[in-house]
Amino acid sequence: MAIDKLDLKKNVLSAGKSLAVFAIVASALVGLTFISTKTTIEDNERETLLKSLNALVPVGYYNNDLYKDSIPLDTPALNYRKKPITIYRARLDNNPVAAIFSVTAPDGYNGAINMLIAIRANETLSGVRVVSHKETPGLGDAIEIEKSYWIKSFDDKSLSNPVEKKWRVKKDGGEFDQLTGATITPRAIVKITKKSLLYFMENKDQIFGDTKNVTSGL
Amino acid sequence: MEIRTKVINSHDKTPSHSDEFIKGLWRENPVFVQVLGMCPTLAVTNSAINALAMGLATFFVIVMSNTLVSLLRHAIPQQVRIASYILIIATFVTLVDYLLQAMSLTLHQALGAFVPLIVVNCVILGRAEAFASKNSAARSFLDGAGMGLGFTLGLLCLGMVRELLGSGSLFGFMLLPDNFEKWTIMLLPGGGFFTLGLWLLVINYFNRRKVQS
Repeated sequence: MAIDKLDLKKNVLSAGKSLAVFAIVASALVGLTFISTKTTIEDNERETLLKSLNALVPVGYYNNDLYKDSIPLDTPALNYRKKPITIYRARLDNNPVAAIFSVTAPDGYNGAINMLIAIRANETLSGVRVVSHKETPGLGDAIEIEKSYWIKSFDDKSLSNPVEKKWRVKKDGGEFDQLTGATITPRAIVKITKKSLLYFMENKDQIFGDTKNVTSGL
Repeated sequence: MEIRTKVINSHDKTPSHSDEFIKGLWRENPVFVQVLGMCPTLAVTNSAINALAMGLATFFVIVMSNTLVSLLRHAIPQQVRIASYILIIATFVTLVDYLLQAMSLTLHQALGAFVPLIVVNCVILGRAEAFASKNSAARSFLDGAGMGLGFTLGLLCLGMVRELLGSGSLFGFMLLPDNFEKWTIMLLPGGGFFTLGLWLLVINYFNRRKVQS
């Protein structure tokens, strides 16, 4: 019996030891790959984001570092799951050009819809784009610019065009078309766009003003 | 050891090296014959490019893990072998995850949670336990390559049919005319099951005819 126990202890220890060695080697390998791919991954992320930002505010219209000139915004009206959102600020010779809200509509048909909403300094929309979503293929996915031009119906709109009351889909007595077979998706997008516009109008000076709040990168 | 002897007995000789590779493509195809790893098979095959990326990622992981498990088969203690296999597989999956992010962020986003889930793909663990732990490194490498390629082919078969009928395109290029009414169902989970069922039907039909004749 005593010998059995000793044997068992030895077995467990040696098994544990080899597993630990494997774990250390594996972690080292993962760490090495992480370090060597880190910059490429970050570059990729920045490039992808800049491309979508530039689709809303074209390169010639601003001359600051749009990617770095961002602030976190913590407001109950726009937060998604209580997490702050990000605003990118486009400036031309330090004059405000546009603010791009990176927001999430929480109430899509299949969950969250991540979006970019670009608002010019004169409180009109420069454009809205969907970054990622899980809406139904063939129905709700017409919100993608690649699938249909529906999302362009927000271009140049503001809270006075149409008036605030008309910021709904047509089914709810508003101005915006719903999509065939999908009402919930457009409803969610109209709602978050309106909220962003409202927030922008009320806090424009703060958004562009306080440069001390600028965080470097993300 | 037991399984190995059985295999040898049933074939009456050790299979040749080329046979270790070829068996995964058709005779023991992981998707169509073993019907293993169904989660990624059904989930990411809504377009050909997703299917190809998932297949190649799995290919890399299975080849590397098979080879390493085989090389270490005498060093891995019997009691913790499954934990060791998972550790080895998880390492390579994490590497693939980083590499994929570095190569194409859009592809990485399209595959979403399914790249980390390669860890629990039973094809890979199955090959480690049933083959690599009992065979030489060269054989395990070939077995992994065959199975990985077979898995990729299976995924591609599904992805191409689903993309063609569901989006009218192949690898992103529009093939069918604009007036083609797209079968949206093919892009949804239901379409995955339909396509897989049809492929299984076709393959079983031909296999049976071969056996009869």
